[in-house]
Amino acid sequence: MSAEKELRVRPIRDGTVIDRILAGQAMNVLKILGIKGAYSDVVTMAMNVPSKELGQKDIVKIENRELEEKELDKISLISPGATINIIRDFEVADKYQVELPEMVEGMVKCINPNCISNTKEPVISKFEVKKDPVQLRCIYCENIIMENIAEHLL
Amino acid sequence: MRFERRHIISMKDFTRDEMDYILDRATKLEPLARGGRSDLLAGKILALLFYEPSTRTRMSFETAMLRLGGGVLNLGSKEATSIVKGETLADMIRVVSTYSDAIVQRHPSEGSALMAAEFSSVPIINGGDGAGHHPTQTLLDLYTIRKESHLDNLDIAIVGDLKYGRTVHSLTYALSLYGANITLVSPPQLKMPDQIKADLKARGARVRETENLEEILDSIDVLYMTRIQKERFPDPTEYKKMAGAYKITIEHLENVRDSMIIMHPLPRVYEIDSSVDTSSHARYFEQSFYGVPIRMALLTIVMGVEV
Ligand SMILES: Nc1ncnc2c1ncn2[C@@H]1O[C@H](COP(=O)(O)OP(=O)(O)OP(=O)(O)O)[C@@H](O)[C@H]1O
Ligand SMILES: [Mg+2]
Ligand SMILES: [Zn+2]
Repeated sequence: MSAEKELRVRPIRDGTVIDRILAGQAMNVLKILGIKGAYSDVVTMAMNVPSKELGQKDIVKIENRELEEKELDKISLISPGATINIIRDFEVADKYQVELPEMVEGMVKCINPNCISNTKEPVISKFEVKKDPVQLRCIYCENIIMENIAEHLL
Repeated sequence: MRFERRHIISMKDFTRDEMDYILDRATKLEPLARGGRSDLLAGKILALLFYEPSTRTRMSFETAMLRLGGGVLNLGSKEATSIVKGETLADMIRVVSTYSDAIVQRHPSEGSALMAAEFSSVPIINGGDGAGHHPTQTLLDLYTIRKESHLDNLDIAIVGDLKYGRTVHSLTYALSLYGANITLVSPPQLKMPDQIKADLKARGARVRETENLEEILDSIDVLYMTRIQKERFPDPTEYKKMAGAYKITIEHLENVRDSMIIMHPLPRVYEIDSSVDTSSHARYFEQSFYGVPIRMALLTIVMGVEV
Protein backbone atom coordinates (compact mmCIF):
# COMPACT_ATOMS: atom_id res chain seq x y z
CA MET A 1 0.00 0.00 0.00
CA SER A 2 1.51 3.32 -1.02
CA ALA A 3 1.96 6.09 1.53
CA GLU A 4 -0.38 8.32 -0.39
CA LYS A 5 -3.18 5.78 -0.36
CA GLU A 6 -2.80 5.19 3.33
CA LEU A 7 -3.17 8.86 4.05
CA ARG A 8 -6.32 9.23 2.06
CA VAL A 9 -8.34 6.19 3.10
CA ARG A 10 -8.12 3.79 5.93
CA PRO A 11 -9.58 0.46 4.78
CA ILE A 12 -12.75 -0.62 6.50
CA ARG A 13 -13.08 -4.06 8.02
CA ASP A 14 -16.87 -4.12 8.04
CA GLY A 15 -19.25 -1.48 6.78
CA THR A 16 -20.61 0.17 3.67
CA VAL A 17 -19.08 2.16 0.85
CA ILE A 18 -21.50 4.35 -1.03
CA ASP A 19 -19.74 4.96 -4.30
CA ARG A 20 -20.57 6.91 -7.45
CA ILE A 21 -22.60 9.48 -5.57
CA LEU A 22 -23.58 12.39 -7.77
CA ALA A 23 -20.88 15.02 -7.20
CA GLY A 24 -22.05 17.47 -4.58
CA GLN A 25 -24.49 15.13 -2.84
CA ALA A 26 -22.20 13.52 -0.24
CA MET A 27 -23.31 15.91 2.51
CA ASN A 28 -26.93 15.10 1.73
CA VAL A 29 -26.17 11.39 1.90
CA LEU A 30 -24.71 11.94 5.38
CA LYS A 31 -27.84 13.85 6.32
CA ILE A 32 -30.02 10.96 5.11
CA LEU A 33 -27.96 8.60 7.26
CA GLY A 34 -28.43 10.88 10.26
CA ILE A 35 -24.72 11.54 10.55
CA LYS A 36 -24.35 15.04 11.91
CA GLY A 37 -21.90 16.03 14.62
CA ALA A 38 -21.49 13.22 17.08
CA TYR A 39 -21.22 9.76 15.55
CA SER A 40 -19.51 6.79 17.13
CA ASP A 41 -17.96 5.06 14.11
CA VAL A 42 -15.47 6.06 11.47
CA VAL A 43 -16.97 7.88 8.52
CA THR A 44 -14.97 9.08 5.53
CA MET A 45 -16.31 11.33 2.87
CA ALA A 46 -14.67 12.28 -0.39
CA MET A 47 -16.01 14.93 -2.70
CA ASN A 48 -15.32 15.59 -6.36
CA VAL A 49 -13.19 12.50 -6.82
CA PRO A 50 -12.13 12.08 -10.46
CA SER A 51 -14.07 9.22 -12.02
CA LYS A 52 -13.76 7.61 -15.42
CA GLU A 53 -17.49 7.08 -15.79
CA LEU A 54 -18.84 10.23 -14.19
CA GLY A 55 -16.11 12.81 -14.51
CA GLN A 56 -16.50 13.53 -10.82
CA LYS A 57 -18.20 11.72 -7.99
CA ASP A 58 -18.54 11.73 -4.23
CA ILE A 59 -17.90 8.74 -1.96
CA VAL A 60 -19.07 8.01 1.59
CA LYS A 61 -17.63 5.19 3.67
CA ILE A 62 -19.10 4.14 7.01
CA GLU A 63 -17.77 1.53 9.36
CA ASN A 64 -19.94 -1.03 11.08
CA ARG A 65 -23.16 -0.14 9.41
CA GLU A 66 -25.39 -1.52 6.68
CA LEU A 67 -28.12 0.66 5.29
CA GLU A 68 -31.86 0.27 5.66
CA GLU A 69 -34.31 0.08 2.76
CA LYS A 70 -35.66 3.55 3.53
CA GLU A 71 -32.17 5.06 3.56
CA LEU A 72 -31.38 3.41 0.24
CA ASP A 73 -34.61 4.77 -1.28
CA LYS A 74 -33.78 8.27 -0.13
CA ILE A 75 -30.25 8.04 -1.54
CA SER A 76 -31.69 6.85 -4.86
CA LEU A 77 -33.82 10.02 -5.04
CA ILE A 78 -30.83 12.35 -4.81
CA SER A 79 -28.33 10.16 -6.61
CA PRO A 80 -29.94 7.39 -8.66
CA GLY A 81 -26.58 6.09 -9.92
CA ALA A 82 -25.01 5.51 -6.50
CA THR A 83 -23.60 2.04 -5.81
CA ILE A 84 -23.64 0.29 -2.49
CA ASN A 85 -20.64 -1.86 -1.59
CA ILE A 86 -20.98 -4.02 1.48
CA ILE A 87 -17.59 -4.59 3.02
CA ARG A 88 -16.97 -7.67 5.15
CA ASP A 89 -13.54 -8.47 6.45
CA PHE A 90 -11.99 -5.80 4.20
CA GLU A 91 -13.47 -7.29 1.04
CA VAL A 92 -16.39 -6.17 -1.12
CA ALA A 93 -18.89 -8.87 -0.16
CA ASP A 94 -21.84 -7.47 -2.08
CA LYS A 95 -22.36 -4.69 -4.59
CA TYR A 96 -25.53 -3.22 -6.07
CA GLN A 97 -26.88 -0.02 -7.46
CA VAL A 98 -29.57 1.84 -5.54
CA GLU A 99 -32.95 1.47 -7.18
CA LEU A 100 -35.52 4.24 -7.62
CA PRO A 101 -38.80 3.06 -6.10
CA GLU A 102 -41.99 3.66 -8.14
CA MET A 103 -43.64 5.29 -5.17
CA VAL A 104 -42.29 6.84 -1.98
CA GLU A 105 -44.41 7.14 1.15
CA GLY A 106 -43.70 9.30 4.18
CA MET A 107 -40.28 10.18 2.84
CA VAL A 108 -40.72 13.55 1.18
CA LYS A 109 -42.59 16.69 2.18
CA CYS A 110 -44.78 18.24 -0.52
CA ILE A 111 -43.68 21.69 -1.69
CA ASN A 112 -47.27 22.91 -1.86
CA PRO A 113 -48.19 24.51 1.47
CA ASN A 114 -51.86 24.08 0.55
CA CYS A 115 -51.57 20.33 -0.01
CA ILE A 116 -53.67 18.10 2.23
CA SER A 117 -50.49 16.21 3.10
CA ASN A 118 -49.21 19.38 4.81
CA THR A 119 -52.15 19.70 7.22
CA LYS A 120 -53.05 18.13 10.53
CA GLU A 121 -54.97 15.43 8.66
CA PRO A 122 -53.80 11.86 9.28
CA VAL A 123 -52.28 11.46 5.85
CA ILE A 124 -48.84 10.28 4.81
CA SER A 125 -47.20 12.02 1.88
CA LYS A 126 -47.09 9.87 -1.26
CA PHE A 127 -45.20 10.61 -4.45
CA GLU A 128 -44.95 8.86 -7.78
CA VAL A 129 -41.35 8.68 -8.91
CA LYS A 130 -40.25 9.29 -12.49
CA LYS A 131 -36.65 8.90 -13.62
CA ASP A 132 -34.16 10.66 -15.92
CA PRO A 133 -34.25 13.17 -14.34
CA VAL A 134 -35.81 12.22 -11.02
CA GLN A 135 -39.24 13.81 -10.62
CA LEU A 136 -41.59 13.37 -7.69
CA ARG A 137 -45.30 13.90 -8.27
CA CYS A 138 -47.49 14.32 -5.20
CA ILE A 139 -50.46 11.98 -5.58
CA TYR A 140 -52.63 14.38 -3.57
CA CYS A 141 -52.04 17.77 -5.16
CA GLU A 142 -50.05 16.71 -8.27
CA ASN A 143 -47.28 19.23 -7.68
CA ILE A 144 -43.94 18.06 -9.00
CA ILE A 145 -40.61 18.27 -7.18
CA MET A 146 -37.65 18.24 -9.57
CA GLU A 147 -35.03 20.42 -7.96
CA ASN A 148 -33.22 20.25 -4.63
CA ILE A 149 -34.97 17.03 -3.70
CA ALA A 150 -32.64 16.66 -0.72
CA GLU A 151 -34.19 19.73 0.89
CA HIS A 152 -37.62 18.12 0.90
CA LEU A 153 -36.67 14.81 2.45
CA LEU A 154 -38.44 14.08 5.74
CA MET B 1 -69.27 0.36 -17.37
CA ARG B 2 -68.56 -0.12 -13.66
CA PHE B 3 -69.20 3.12 -11.85
CA GLU B 4 -71.09 2.06 -8.79
CA ARG B 5 -69.40 3.14 -5.57
CA ARG B 6 -66.63 4.83 -7.47
CA HIS B 7 -65.32 8.16 -6.28
CA ILE B 8 -65.41 11.19 -8.58
CA ILE B 9 -62.19 13.02 -7.85
CA SER B 10 -60.57 14.30 -11.04
CA MET B 11 -61.38 14.37 -14.77
CA LYS B 12 -58.15 12.47 -15.26
CA ASP B 13 -59.87 9.40 -13.82
CA PHE B 14 -62.23 9.24 -16.83
CA THR B 15 -61.84 7.75 -20.26
CA ARG B 16 -63.70 9.34 -23.14
CA ASP B 17 -66.19 6.46 -23.16
CA GLU B 18 -66.94 7.06 -19.51
CA MET B 19 -67.48 10.76 -20.13
CA ASP B 20 -69.86 9.96 -22.99
CA TYR B 21 -71.69 7.54 -20.75
CA ILE B 22 -72.24 10.24 -18.11
CA LEU B 23 -73.33 12.78 -20.74
CA ASP B 24 -75.79 10.27 -22.22
CA ARG B 25 -77.28 9.63 -18.83
CA ALA B 26 -77.61 13.37 -18.17
CA THR B 27 -79.49 13.69 -21.47
CA LYS B 28 -81.95 11.06 -20.27
CA LEU B 29 -82.42 12.85 -16.95
CA GLU B 30 -82.68 16.39 -18.29
CA PRO B 31 -86.52 16.35 -18.46
CA LEU B 32 -86.60 15.51 -14.74
CA ALA B 33 -84.12 18.29 -14.06
CA ARG B 34 -86.56 20.68 -15.67
CA GLY B 35 -89.17 19.97 -13.08
CA GLY B 36 -90.32 16.39 -13.32
CA ARG B 37 -90.85 14.05 -10.40
CA SER B 38 -89.03 10.85 -9.82
CA ASP B 39 -88.38 8.25 -7.14
CA LEU B 40 -85.10 7.08 -8.65
CA LEU B 41 -83.16 8.02 -5.52
CA ALA B 42 -85.97 7.59 -2.98
CA GLY B 43 -84.53 6.53 0.36
CA LYS B 44 -81.03 7.70 -0.57
CA ILE B 45 -79.21 10.42 1.32
CA LEU B 46 -76.55 12.74 -0.02
CA ALA B 47 -74.30 14.55 2.48
CA LEU B 48 -73.06 17.98 1.44
CA LEU B 49 -69.80 18.82 3.16
CA PHE B 50 -68.85 22.32 2.12
CA TYR B 51 -65.93 23.78 4.01
CA GLU B 52 -65.92 26.71 1.63
CA PRO B 53 -68.76 28.81 0.30
CA SER B 54 -70.55 27.66 -2.82
CA THR B 55 -73.89 28.51 -4.29
CA ARG B 56 -74.21 26.89 -7.69
CA THR B 57 -72.42 23.65 -6.95
CA ARG B 58 -74.11 23.05 -3.62
CA MET B 59 -77.58 24.11 -4.71
CA SER B 60 -77.53 22.17 -7.95
CA PHE B 61 -76.53 19.01 -6.09
CA GLU B 62 -79.38 19.59 -3.67
CA THR B 63 -81.82 20.18 -6.50
CA ALA B 64 -80.62 17.09 -8.34
CA MET B 65 -81.09 14.98 -5.24
CA LEU B 66 -84.51 16.42 -4.34
CA ARG B 67 -85.89 16.09 -7.87
CA LEU B 68 -84.90 12.43 -7.88
CA GLY B 69 -86.76 11.81 -4.63
CA GLY B 70 -83.71 11.63 -2.36
CA GLY B 71 -82.76 13.61 0.70
CA VAL B 72 -79.83 15.80 1.64
CA LEU B 73 -77.80 16.38 4.77
CA ASN B 74 -76.12 19.74 5.00
CA LEU B 75 -73.17 20.77 7.07
CA GLY B 76 -74.23 24.16 8.40
CA SER B 77 -71.74 26.98 8.16
CA LYS B 78 -71.54 27.13 11.97
CA GLU B 79 -70.57 23.49 12.17
CA ALA B 80 -68.08 24.02 9.39
CA THR B 81 -66.32 26.74 11.35
CA SER B 82 -66.16 24.72 14.53
CA ILE B 83 -64.77 21.80 12.56
CA VAL B 84 -62.09 23.91 10.98
CA LYS B 85 -60.87 24.53 14.51
CA GLY B 86 -60.92 21.00 15.81
CA GLU B 87 -62.01 17.81 14.12
CA THR B 88 -60.08 16.52 11.15
CA LEU B 89 -61.66 16.06 7.75
CA ALA B 90 -60.71 12.40 7.99
CA ASP B 91 -62.79 11.89 11.16
CA MET B 92 -65.66 13.89 9.69
CA ILE B 93 -65.68 11.69 6.61
CA ARG B 94 -65.57 8.49 8.66
CA VAL B 95 -68.63 9.66 10.57
CA VAL B 96 -70.66 11.23 7.78
CA SER B 97 -70.12 8.28 5.47
CA THR B 98 -72.07 6.18 7.98
CA TYR B 99 -75.01 8.61 7.69
CA SER B 100 -75.19 8.87 3.92
CA ASP B 101 -75.06 7.08 0.56
CA ALA B 102 -72.60 9.54 -1.01
CA ILE B 103 -70.75 12.70 -0.01
CA VAL B 104 -70.15 15.83 -2.04
CA GLN B 105 -67.24 17.73 -0.63
CA ARG B 106 -65.64 21.11 -1.11
CA HIS B 107 -62.51 21.76 0.90
CA PRO B 108 -59.73 24.35 0.59
CA SER B 109 -56.76 21.96 0.49
CA GLU B 110 -55.53 20.38 -2.72
CA GLY B 111 -55.84 16.61 -2.57
CA SER B 112 -58.50 16.72 0.16
CA ALA B 113 -61.00 14.80 -1.96
CA LEU B 114 -58.55 12.02 -2.68
CA MET B 115 -57.75 11.79 1.01
CA ALA B 116 -61.46 11.76 1.88
CA ALA B 117 -61.91 8.82 -0.48
CA GLU B 118 -59.36 6.88 1.56
CA PHE B 119 -61.46 7.30 4.72
CA SER B 120 -64.96 7.07 3.28
CA SER B 121 -67.19 4.02 3.15
CA VAL B 122 -69.38 5.73 0.49
CA PRO B 123 -68.48 7.46 -2.81
CA ILE B 124 -66.89 10.91 -2.56
CA ILE B 125 -67.72 13.46 -5.23
CA ASN B 126 -65.20 16.27 -5.39
CA GLY B 127 -66.97 19.62 -5.47
CA GLY B 128 -63.65 21.47 -5.53
CA ASP B 129 -60.39 20.90 -3.64
CA GLY B 130 -58.59 24.23 -3.41
CA ALA B 131 -56.74 24.94 -6.64
CA GLY B 132 -57.06 21.25 -7.51
CA HIS B 133 -60.01 19.69 -9.33
CA HIS B 134 -63.68 20.37 -9.88
CA PRO B 135 -64.76 17.54 -12.17
CA THR B 136 -68.52 18.15 -12.07
CA GLN B 137 -67.94 21.63 -13.50
CA THR B 138 -66.04 20.12 -16.41
CA LEU B 139 -68.74 17.55 -17.03
CA LEU B 140 -71.45 20.21 -17.14
CA ASP B 141 -69.28 22.25 -19.49
CA LEU B 142 -68.95 19.26 -21.81
CA TYR B 143 -72.67 18.66 -21.60
CA THR B 144 -73.36 22.27 -22.53
CA ILE B 145 -70.99 22.13 -25.49
CA ARG B 146 -72.45 18.85 -26.74
CA LYS B 147 -76.02 20.08 -26.34
CA GLU B 148 -75.69 23.65 -27.54
CA SER B 149 -72.85 23.15 -30.05
CA HIS B 150 -70.91 19.96 -30.82
CA LEU B 151 -67.98 18.08 -29.33
CA ASP B 152 -66.61 16.62 -32.56
CA ASN B 153 -64.39 18.88 -34.58
CA LEU B 154 -64.89 21.69 -32.14
CA ASP B 155 -63.26 25.10 -32.47
CA ILE B 156 -63.17 26.56 -28.98
CA ALA B 157 -61.49 29.65 -27.56
CA ILE B 158 -60.80 29.75 -23.85
CA VAL B 159 -60.23 33.19 -22.41
CA GLY B 160 -58.83 34.42 -19.11
CA ASP B 161 -56.51 33.12 -16.44
CA LEU B 162 -55.06 30.06 -18.12
CA LYS B 163 -52.14 29.80 -15.75
CA TYR B 164 -53.89 29.19 -12.44
CA GLY B 165 -57.48 28.46 -13.46
CA ARG B 166 -58.35 24.91 -12.46
CA THR B 167 -61.59 24.96 -14.46
CA VAL B 168 -59.62 25.64 -17.59
CA HIS B 169 -57.00 22.97 -17.03
CA SER B 170 -59.56 20.31 -16.40
CA LEU B 171 -61.80 21.38 -19.30
CA THR B 172 -58.97 21.52 -21.82
CA TYR B 173 -57.83 18.10 -20.63
CA ALA B 174 -61.27 16.65 -21.32
CA LEU B 175 -61.57 18.43 -24.68
CA SER B 176 -58.22 17.04 -25.76
CA LEU B 177 -59.76 13.57 -25.60
CA TYR B 178 -62.27 14.78 -28.22
CA GLY B 179 -59.51 16.17 -30.44
CA ALA B 180 -60.72 19.75 -30.14
CA ASN B 181 -59.07 22.76 -31.76
CA ILE B 182 -58.30 24.91 -28.77
CA THR B 183 -57.36 28.58 -28.93
CA LEU B 184 -55.91 29.91 -25.71
CA VAL B 185 -56.49 33.61 -25.17
CA SER B 186 -54.83 35.31 -22.23
CA PRO B 187 -52.60 38.17 -21.18
CA PRO B 188 -48.93 37.16 -21.37
CA GLN B 189 -48.53 36.79 -17.61
CA LEU B 190 -51.44 34.33 -17.39
CA LYS B 191 -50.54 31.97 -20.22
CA MET B 192 -51.13 28.26 -19.86
CA PRO B 193 -48.02 26.47 -18.51
CA ASP B 194 -45.98 24.77 -21.26
CA GLN B 195 -46.23 21.39 -19.59
CA ILE B 196 -50.03 21.43 -19.77
CA LYS B 197 -49.98 22.56 -23.40
CA ALA B 198 -47.60 19.74 -24.29
CA ASP B 199 -49.90 17.25 -22.54
CA LEU B 200 -52.92 18.52 -24.46
CA LYS B 201 -51.15 18.15 -27.80
CA ALA B 202 -49.93 14.69 -26.88
CA ARG B 203 -53.54 13.66 -26.25
CA GLY B 204 -54.80 14.87 -29.60
CA ALA B 205 -55.83 18.50 -29.20
CA ARG B 206 -54.66 21.21 -31.56
CA VAL B 207 -53.57 24.22 -29.56
CA ARG B 208 -52.83 27.78 -30.61
CA GLU B 209 -52.24 30.82 -28.46
CA THR B 210 -52.98 34.49 -28.78
CA GLU B 211 -53.28 37.59 -26.64
CA ASN B 212 -55.81 39.14 -28.98
CA LEU B 213 -59.41 38.16 -28.30
CA GLU B 214 -60.98 40.09 -31.16
CA GLU B 215 -58.93 38.50 -33.93
CA ILE B 216 -60.23 34.97 -33.22
CA LEU B 217 -63.91 35.66 -32.53
CA ASP B 218 -65.18 34.88 -36.03
CA SER B 219 -63.51 31.47 -36.31
CA ILE B 220 -64.85 29.63 -33.29
CA ASP B 221 -67.88 27.57 -32.24
CA VAL B 222 -67.55 28.18 -28.52
CA LEU B 223 -66.22 31.18 -26.63
CA TYR B 224 -65.45 30.10 -23.07
CA MET B 225 -64.89 33.14 -20.87
CA THR B 226 -63.40 32.97 -17.37
CA ARG B 227 -62.76 35.42 -14.62
CA ILE B 228 -59.33 36.94 -14.09
CA GLN B 229 -58.64 37.66 -10.45
CA LYS B 230 -57.59 41.16 -9.59
CA GLU B 231 -54.96 39.80 -7.19
CA ARG B 232 -52.94 38.52 -10.15
CA PHE B 233 -52.19 42.11 -11.10
CA PRO B 234 -50.25 44.03 -8.45
CA ASP B 235 -50.54 47.20 -10.56
CA PRO B 236 -54.16 48.49 -10.72
CA THR B 237 -53.68 50.29 -14.05
CA GLU B 238 -52.31 47.06 -15.53
CA TYR B 239 -55.41 45.28 -14.30
CA LYS B 240 -57.74 47.88 -15.78
CA LYS B 241 -56.04 47.69 -19.16
CA MET B 242 -56.17 43.91 -19.15
CA ALA B 243 -59.79 43.84 -17.98
CA GLY B 244 -60.73 45.99 -20.96
CA ALA B 245 -58.93 43.75 -23.43
CA TYR B 246 -60.60 40.55 -22.20
CA LYS B 247 -64.15 41.75 -21.98
CA ILE B 248 -66.88 40.81 -24.42
CA THR B 249 -69.68 43.19 -25.40
CA ILE B 250 -72.48 42.98 -27.96
CA GLU B 251 -70.36 44.98 -30.44
CA HIS B 252 -67.84 42.15 -30.61
CA LEU B 253 -70.45 39.74 -31.90
CA GLU B 254 -71.18 41.27 -35.29
CA ASN B 255 -69.09 38.90 -37.41
CA VAL B 256 -69.16 35.76 -35.35
CA ARG B 257 -70.59 32.47 -36.60
CA ASP B 258 -74.38 32.36 -36.22
CA SER B 259 -74.14 29.22 -34.13
CA MET B 260 -71.33 30.49 -31.91
CA ILE B 261 -72.12 30.15 -28.21
CA ILE B 262 -70.67 31.99 -25.21
CA MET B 263 -70.08 30.13 -21.95
CA HIS B 264 -68.85 31.15 -18.49
CA PRO B 265 -68.59 29.08 -15.28
CA LEU B 266 -70.02 32.06 -13.31
CA PRO B 267 -69.90 34.19 -11.32
CA ARG B 268 -68.92 36.70 -13.96
CA VAL B 269 -67.57 40.05 -12.95
CA TYR B 270 -66.73 42.29 -15.88
CA GLU B 271 -65.81 39.72 -18.57
CA ILE B 272 -69.22 39.56 -20.19
CA ASP B 273 -71.16 42.77 -20.54
CA SER B 274 -74.85 42.44 -19.69
CA SER B 275 -75.63 43.61 -23.24
CA VAL B 276 -74.62 40.09 -24.33
CA ASP B 277 -77.18 38.34 -22.09
CA THR B 278 -80.09 38.68 -24.48
CA SER B 279 -78.14 37.80 -27.63
CA SER B 280 -78.71 34.46 -29.33
CA HIS B 281 -75.12 33.51 -28.44
CA ALA B 282 -75.36 33.65 -24.67
CA ARG B 283 -75.50 30.21 -23.01
CA TYR B 284 -74.01 30.80 -19.55
CA PHE B 285 -77.31 30.56 -17.70
CA GLU B 286 -78.28 27.36 -19.54
CA GLN B 287 -74.81 26.08 -18.74
CA SER B 288 -75.44 26.71 -15.08
CA PHE B 289 -78.75 24.83 -15.29
CA TYR B 290 -77.06 21.85 -16.97
CA GLY B 291 -75.27 21.35 -13.68
CA VAL B 292 -78.50 19.74 -12.50
CA PRO B 293 -78.85 16.90 -15.06
CA ILE B 294 -75.10 16.25 -14.88
CA ARG B 295 -75.21 15.97 -11.11
CA MET B 296 -78.33 13.80 -11.35
CA ALA B 297 -76.42 11.51 -13.69
CA LEU B 298 -73.43 11.30 -11.36
CA LEU B 299 -75.57 10.67 -8.30
CA THR B 300 -77.48 7.81 -9.92
CA ILE B 301 -74.21 6.36 -11.16
CA VAL B 302 -72.30 6.43 -7.87
CA MET B 303 -75.35 5.22 -5.96
CA GLY B 304 -75.71 2.33 -8.36
CA VAL B 305 -79.20 3.16 -9.59
CA GLU B 306 -80.18 2.19 -13.14
CA VAL B 307 -81.93 4.83 -15.23
N1 LIG C 1 -11.96 -2.44 2.66
C1 LIG C 1 -12.34 -1.31 2.07
N2 LIG C 1 -12.27 -0.14 2.76
C2 LIG C 1 -12.65 1.03 2.21
N3 LIG C 1 -13.09 1.14 0.95
C3 LIG C 1 -13.15 0.03 0.20
C4 LIG C 1 -12.78 -1.23 0.71
N4 LIG C 1 -12.97 -2.15 -0.28
C5 LIG C 1 -13.43 -1.49 -1.36
N5 LIG C 1 -13.57 -0.16 -1.10
C6 LIG C 1 -14.12 0.87 -1.96
O1 LIG C 1 -15.38 0.44 -2.40
C7 LIG C 1 -15.57 0.77 -3.76
C8 LIG C 1 -15.85 -0.48 -4.56
O2 LIG C 1 -14.74 -1.32 -4.51
P1 LIG C 1 -14.32 -2.27 -5.73
O3 LIG C 1 -13.09 -2.99 -5.33
O4 LIG C 1 -15.51 -3.05 -6.12
O5 LIG C 1 -13.89 -1.18 -6.80
P2 LIG C 1 -14.26 -1.04 -8.37
O6 LIG C 1 -13.83 -2.28 -9.08
O7 LIG C 1 -13.73 0.26 -8.82
O8 LIG C 1 -15.84 -1.04 -8.34
P3 LIG C 1 -16.86 -0.22 -9.26
O9 LIG C 1 -16.87 -0.92 -10.56
O10 LIG C 1 -18.15 -0.34 -8.49
O11 LIG C 1 -16.35 1.20 -9.31
C9 LIG C 1 -14.35 1.54 -4.19
O12 LIG C 1 -14.60 2.92 -4.05
C10 LIG C 1 -13.28 1.10 -3.21
O13 LIG C 1 -12.32 2.11 -2.99
MG1 LIG D 1 -14.56 2.31 -9.24
ZN1 LIG E 1 -48.96 17.71 -2.48
